[in-house]
Amino acid sequence: MSRMEEAPLDHAGVQSSRLQNFSYRLSHLSGDDMFEVLSNVFACTAVVIIALTGIVLVRGSIPVLGKFGLGFLTGSGWSTTFGQESYGMLPYVLGTLVTSGIAISIGIPVSLGIAIFLAEMAPTSVRVPLSQLVELLAAVPSVIYGFWGLLVLSPWIAKYVETPLTSGLGSIPIFHGSPHGLDLLMGGLILAIMIIPTVSSISKEVMMAVPTSQREAAYSIGATRWEVVRMGVLSYSRSGIFGAAILGLGRAVGETMAVTMVIGGALGSEAVPTSLFIPGQTLASLIAGQFKEAESLQLSALVGAGLVLFGLALLINVFAQFMVWKVLKVKAGAVE
Amino acid sequence: MVAVVPLASILLEVIRNGISTISFQFITALPGVPGQTVGGIGPAIQGTLLLIALTSVMGIPPGVLTGIYLAEFGNNKFGRTIRFLNDVLTEFPSIVVGILVAALLVVATHQYSPIAGAIALSIITLPIVARTTEESIKTVPNSIRDAAMALGIRRWRTTISVVLSTARSGVITGVLLSIARISGETAPLLLTILGSNFFFSSWNQPIDALPLRIFNDASQADPFTRQQAWGAAMILIIIVLTLNIGVRLATRGRYGSNRSRI
Repeated sequence: MSRMEEAPLDHAGVQSSRLQNFSYRLSHLSGDDMFEVLSNVFACTAVVIIALTGIVLVRGSIPVLGKFGLGFLTGSGWSTTFGQESYGMLPYVLGTLVTSGIAISIGIPVSLGIAIFLAEMAPTSVRVPLSQLVELLAAVPSVIYGFWGLLVLSPWIAKYVETPLTSGLGSIPIFHGSPHGLDLLMGGLILAIMIIPTVSSISKEVMMAVPTSQREAAYSIGATRWEVVRMGVLSYSRSGIFGAAILGLGRAVGETMAVTMVIGGALGSEAVPTSLFIPGQTLASLIAGQFKEAESLQLSALVGAGLVLFGLALLINVFAQFMVWKVLKVKAGAVE
Repeated sequence: MVAVVPLASILLEVIRNGISTISFQFITALPGVPGQTVGGIGPAIQGTLLLIALTSVMGIPPGVLTGIYLAEFGNNKFGRTIRFLNDVLTEFPSIVVGILVAALLVVATHQYSPIAGAIALSIITLPIVARTTEESIKTVPNSIRDAAMALGIRRWRTTISVVLSTARSGVITGVLLSIARISGETAPLLLTILGSNFFFSSWNQPIDALPLRIFNDASQADPFTRQQAWGAAMILIIIVLTLNIGVRLATRGRYGSNRSRI
């Protein structure tokens, strides 16, 4: 080990001796040291990227934040006319929350059903191919979901779901509007379909990590199959499933292309989600739809939208990773 | 069973509508002018291949090195932090990556470029490759490391030539899955390479890519353009699913439980 050898001391002064020591070590760096330093440096890339994103987004949105202050978050204007520009993010934040809310409330129960079926009920001969199919569904690019949603699902939904709802319940504000299939409901539905693979496969993993003794204990006190799942498995893997759901929420919040293609792309106060059947806009679809033409202050507004999205996604993801981690760590501990 | 319905519907519709479009001319020709009925998606396919190549060069080595670090040196507080942030980065909205690169490169130089696109895609591949590399290096038994050390081989040599080549198939799996992921990635490309109707001409001009072509064509009312989008969707889905199914078949039974996080 080259590090063990002491560099010769220079008696002229501590300063130069340190320098010499450093240069000695630099010139005697072994391949091992260099390799460790190199892989250390690259390991930091993730940190650097996240930090850089934060800095760039904050710097880019300074003009718009300086001009509108908090109004940027609470306003709902969208005017690009020079001299009377106005940008508010409220409609898009609400749009993001509404579509993600729809996605979660439809996607999570379905995912849990799939996960319970795969982990607890299906025999191995069904479980393996079916879980692989579910994972394949996660690999389909989002632009294909959007394309399919736009041309196949949306006309179907408009005809068989939205038309009956508007004609039957049109007097209730959230069902008000014209059913043409490119609206907030459609955005939420496509998101629900897209998060199902992720949420169900993570929930399945978490459920399969539940020790068999839990199930046996529940059976031994005379529980039925559903009671075993509910008491033995679901309550044990609760926090992991919760983490999977939050991870799904993170996906839904950041998902761009599919939503951009089906949500209708409203701007300004028209994008405030007052009904499920009006065109809306999310933060991500706003950026994707407007970035091409954006100049100066509008560009800054879009970077600001990115900043809001970044903060939202970071918060959700850190929380979700933490929850999933906690459970899987318990699993690893149990195996050893 | 509910889960299979969307997959079946997507595949059926794409194949039903796309199959009639596919021809040699469709794969190689320039997109036609709206209204005409001749044209293809040559530039899109070329652009996607170019981006995959550039991203492989820029994104995979740092990813593999990060993975090596996490597996070999990462069993401490710093390593755990990196692993955590790496997982967070995997779930990052891709549009945010797009804004980052666009703000740094595109806005500064006023030019959309293939390089900007490839940098954005590299940021997306990095955590995926790192994660799979780490998982597969961890499956290499310590006895192999000990054997190499006993021969007096230096540690970095051991890691590169012995450990990494033992874990090779896992690393390749990660690389292929990340290529499948980026070939369908659209949002960051929209902000960095813009899309174009022509073949690659220079390093500071917009280029086209398959997912961008689908996105742009899908919003057109012209039936022929829409038909082209179906064809492009079919080619993209074939690329992505072939990579995924191929990887699954090749590594069946191994690393089974790690893949769900990707």
